[in-house]
Order: sequence, then C-alpha cells, then structure tokens
Amino acid sequence: MATPPVLIEPKKPEEHAIAEEGSSSNAPQVWLLRIASALVVPGILVGFFFAFEFLQRRDINKLIQVTVAVIVGVVGVWVLYWAMDRIVNAFPHRISAGVRPFVFAGPAMVLLAFYLVYPAVNTFIVSFQNAAGTEFVWFANYQRIFTESTYLISMRNSVAWVIIVPAAALVVGLAFATLADKLPRKSESFSKSLIFLPMAISFVGASVVWTFIYSFRPEGFGEQIGVLNAIWVAVGGDSINWLQLPLWNNLLLMVILIWLQTGFSMVILSSAIKSVPEEILEASRIDGANEWEVFRKIIVPSIMSTIVVVWTTILITTWKVFDIVFVMTGGGFDTSVVAERMVTEFFTFGNDGMGAALAVLLFVAVVPILILNISQFRQQEATR
Amino acid sequence: MTTATRSAPTAAAGGRPSSRFPIYLSVAVIAAIWTIPSLGLLINSFRAPASIRSSGWWTIFGEIFDSATWTLQNYSSVLEGGFANAFANSLAVTIPAVVIPITVAAFAAYAFAWMEFPGRNITFIVVVGLLVVPLQMALIPILRIYTSFDLNGTYPAVWLAHAGFGLPLAVYLLRNYMGSLPSSLIESANIDGATHFEIFTKLILPLSVPVLASFAIFQFLWVWNDFLVALVFLGVDPTNRVLTVELADLAGRGEGALNLLPAAAFITMILPLVVFFALQRYFVRGLTAGSVKG
Repeated sequence: MATPPVLIEPKKPEEHAIAEEGSSSNAPQVWLLRIASALVVPGILVGFFFAFEFLQRRDINKLIQVTVAVIVGVVGVWVLYWAMDRIVNAFPHRISAGVRPFVFAGPAMVLLAFYLVYPAVNTFIVSFQNAAGTEFVWFANYQRIFTESTYLISMRNSVAWVIIVPAAALVVGLAFATLADKLPRKSESFSKSLIFLPMAISFVGASVVWTFIYSFRPEGFGEQIGVLNAIWVAVGGDSINWLQLPLWNNLLLMVILIWLQTGFSMVILSSAIKSVPEEILEASRIDGANEWEVFRKIIVPSIMSTIVVVWTTILITTWKVFDIVFVMTGGGFDTSVVAERMVTEFFTFGNDGMGAALAVLLFVAVVPILILNISQFRQQEATR
Repeated sequence: MTTATRSAPTAAAGGRPSSRFPIYLSVAVIAAIWTIPSLGLLINSFRAPASIRSSGWWTIFGEIFDSATWTLQNYSSVLEGGFANAFANSLAVTIPAVVIPITVAAFAAYAFAWMEFPGRNITFIVVVGLLVVPLQMALIPILRIYTSFDLNGTYPAVWLAHAGFGLPLAVYLLRNYMGSLPSSLIESANIDGATHFEIFTKLILPLSVPVLASFAIFQFLWVWNDFLVALVFLGVDPTNRVLTVELADLAGRGEGALNLLPAAAFITMILPLVVFFALQRYFVRGLTAGSVKG
C-alpha cells in the first residue's frame, strides 16, 4: 500500500517552542558541536550494524540477529540519545541550549540526508552518464526516452494509469462510502471491511490473486480456470489471452490497482462524509431535495478538499507502481510503465544511466505536488 | 485527530427499511466483486494440485462435502519449498525496520514541535518535500555505496534503508501530533524544572502512543509488503529472499508452479491481514489524521 499523505488541511499545531533560557550562540564552535552531536547516534548505529559480522551472516540464527538489532536499534539508540543529552548538559548553559535541539533532531536529519537527499542529487548526475556510469553522455538518455518507442509506450501507459486508476478508485470509493453510510452500523462496518481488506495485501500478492482471474487456456487445453475466461466462454465467446490483448491488457492491470486502492479512498471519504453536519443534510431534505441532490450539492462540495487529497495520494502511488506490471507481464505486450521500466533498466539490464534518467522523470512529475504540499504547509504555519 | 462522528443513520437515510433494499443490493454487489478474487484464491489454496490446474475454483460447489476435494498439501509443499525460510526472512527484515525509525523520528519530531533552533523551518520543509520523492530516486546511489562496501545482501543494509525511507512520514506525522498537544502542559512541566529529555520521555511520548501505533502499522505493512527495496538490497539469492521476492519468483515459473501459487500467496498475506484487522482502529485514525477537515 504505502500511501504518503498529501497534506491539505492538517490540524493546526498550537504555538509552541519552549526556548531554553538565554538565547543560543551561533559561534562556529557551537555549530561544530551541533554537527558532531547530530552524527554521533547514526554513526554509532551504522558502525555497530556494519562492523559486527554476525549481523550479516546468513548461517546463524535469525532470531538472535533480530533480537540484537531490536535491542541495539531501540534500547541502544535510546541510551545514546540519553548519553548525548547528558554530555550536552556538561557544557555551559548558553552552549547546551543551542546544541540540544541538534541532539534530538540531528540523527534523523543525517539519515534523511544519507538515504534520500544525497541519492536524489546523485541520481540527477548519474542520469547524464552512460550505462556503466563511466562517462558523461549528457542528454543522450533523455533523448532516447523521448524518441524510442519502448520508452514512449511506457510513458503513454503511465499517463493512462494515473488518469484512470485514481479516478476509478475515487468514484467507486465515494459511491460505496455514500451507500454504506445509509446502512445500519453493523452492516456498514462489515461491508466496509470487505472493501478495505485488499489494502493489507502486497502488490505482488494482489498480482497472484488476479492471475486466477485472467488465466488463459487455449482451446483444447482443458477447462478455463480463470474467472474472466470462464464467464467469457459461458456467454459464447472464444477464450482470450487477456494479458496479451493490446490496450485491454493495460486496463486489466489497472483493475488490480483499483481493487487495492479503493479501500483507501473509501475509508477516508467515509470519515469525511460522516463529518458533514447532519443538520445541513436534514435542512436540505426538508427543503425538498432528493438524495441525489443532497449528495451532489451538499456532500460533494463539503468534502471537496478530502477528495483532492485522496485523488493526489492515489495518483502518486499509481505513478510509482512497478510490482504489478513486473510480476504480471514483465512489461511485455506493451504494458510497460515508467516505474517498472526504471527497475528493468537498472536492475535487469544494468543500465544505471537510463535507470537514473527514468527515476528523474518519475521525480520531476511529482514536483508540482511537492511544491503544492510545501506551500500548503507554509500557509498553515503562517496562520498559526 | 478526532473526527466528529455522526451516530448511525436513523430515519435520515430515507425512512422505512424496505426502501433501503436498493442500497443493500448495490453495496452487496460491489462487496461481492471486491471479495470474489480473494475468496477464489483461498478456495483454490485448499484444493488438490491436479484440480487447481484442471478446473476453476467455482466447480467445488458440487463436491463441497467430498473429502477428496480438500487438502493441505499445497501449504506443506510451499512451506518446505522456501516459504518457511522466506517468512523468517520477512520477520527479520520487518521488525527492526519498523522499530528503528520510530525511535529516531520521535526524538526529531519533539525537537521540531517544541524546540527552537536555527534552520528548524527550512529543514522541516525539506521533510515535507521528501514525503513525495519516489523511492526510485534513491536506489542507484545507495546500491553503489552498499556494493562498494560489500554490504549488499545484508540485513542491516535493508533495515537502515527502510528506516531512511520511512523517516519523512514518521517525522511528519509525529511532529504534527506532538505539536497539537496543549502547550500549557509542556510549559508547566518546564516551569517545574523538567528538562527536555524528561518532558519528552515522561510526558510527550506516553501521550503520543496513538500516533506511534498508527505509524508502526503503516511501516509494518509497507516493509512487509515491499518488493522493490528487498529485491534491490537483499537480492534474489534463495537464502535471502523475503516473502514478496519468493512469491514473485514462484509466479514467474508459470504453469509448473500454478498449484502452489494460491497457498503461497496466503502465506504472504496472513500476518498483514491479522495485524490489519486487529489494529484497524489505529490504522484508520492514522490515515484520516491530517487528511480530513476536523
């Protein structure tokens, strides 16, 4: 599942920040201390994990490895933070007040810098290099992406995915949430659980589930074991190899993701619908509005911001999906998408340059959402 | 965090129960469409291997009480064929990959919510930006670093990668929650002479249990169900495979492994389904936090 929230209107945190007494100093020595204190915890953690060979060996008991990792990763890290806090206390108050926040926030920042910020910058550079990363080819990778049919098909498919999947998951989720809202509580929560259930399933697992829907047996090779072909043959058609059927195969793969994501949209929208005040709905019903009008003119407008959040979140998930295509068709039969192509290029073909260029393409497409998120966030902070 | 919840609809939704019939019908139809794929797979997983290959799962309805229809053979073959090992690998990857980022993120979230320091706003804005950066942007450089230090294919390499990738969401969720706690609480503790460390461990952390639980469930489902990070950083070597990698491999073997697929898929799903339904409340609360106008 993995759904990063897109923030539109989170709760406004109250004004806070307890400044320690005596304003902190910004002298270079203080900055050195700050950086050092940020590095200690991740440094020791990484050092411990990688220095001890037994955590990396595969022939010894996993239980011991995991126990050690959890003890070090929780208790050990905790003790490290505590020790750092004590060390900082030993400094004059003016300095310790300035350094302490970096003891708290620094380790997370160091991990983020190492695992996300640095790689993102590095990927940009690699995208201008050749397959092995030995020399610069500048825009050659990008030029291929925008001219060769393999990549153009991936992009066409990705665009189709992000248009169809979020819209479909949203419409079905909204319809279901609205209808289930009118049922007695027990039926509502039971029926919602059924829609919700696929959210716990991995993309790989979901692909296997749908393998038994799309399965195909050529005529003369026995009964159809796939649901779709069984229905198709029962209504008089000839069995079809659905996953090789041009254009339709893309749509059928999208159905898998729609199946997975509808639960997410349904849950969020359902809780938004429930927060629409009952008096407003009642009032419009008394004024003679029918249920459809209440839905369209009252409910939908009042949950619009939630609809946008759900739509954007599913859009981002859809854009990054690679597992479904990778498992179902391996990108064959013109079903490739950009995220799947990226892994295939870099992992299967060993073409780092092209993989990086496709990753950059994935990133650039979400930049507008990134900017939107940040400006939303700044507005909230400003109005706080 | 709390969303105003309306009580169950009474007469509001259109009066007499009989008029609810079309609603019941449409809900039942959608729910059936959503359930049939998993249900079919579940039925198939208990059928004899030869029947899985030769007939659809819906044909069992004629022979439902015939003991020859049902077998646990697929489950035992699958577990012996690598899935027991993969299950252990998945646990070994997931548990540390869930607990490590929570600790690190909780300290950071406290600092972002309740401490003043130069660069606080700009670093948090970076965290907000990182929420949507695709994982694919990080794969190649991290793999190169791991390879050059010969760390690829080790558990710590995957734990720390998952911890890093999970941090933006963790810091963001936790900071918003901690920041929404009443400031009078923290101020009075501060006046009583409590240090930041004491306020954090004795006051803020116990109050933050709901959001910590929400994130833990998110991260658990994400790491357990992850295919990409495990594939790239643990690899396809049979001793290393986690459940998703093992299942993808089985799915790639085609017709020969067809009878094993349903049982294998259920083995990968069982733990997330249990966690999911046991802790659904926390999960839903985490999902709706911040995305629904309160």
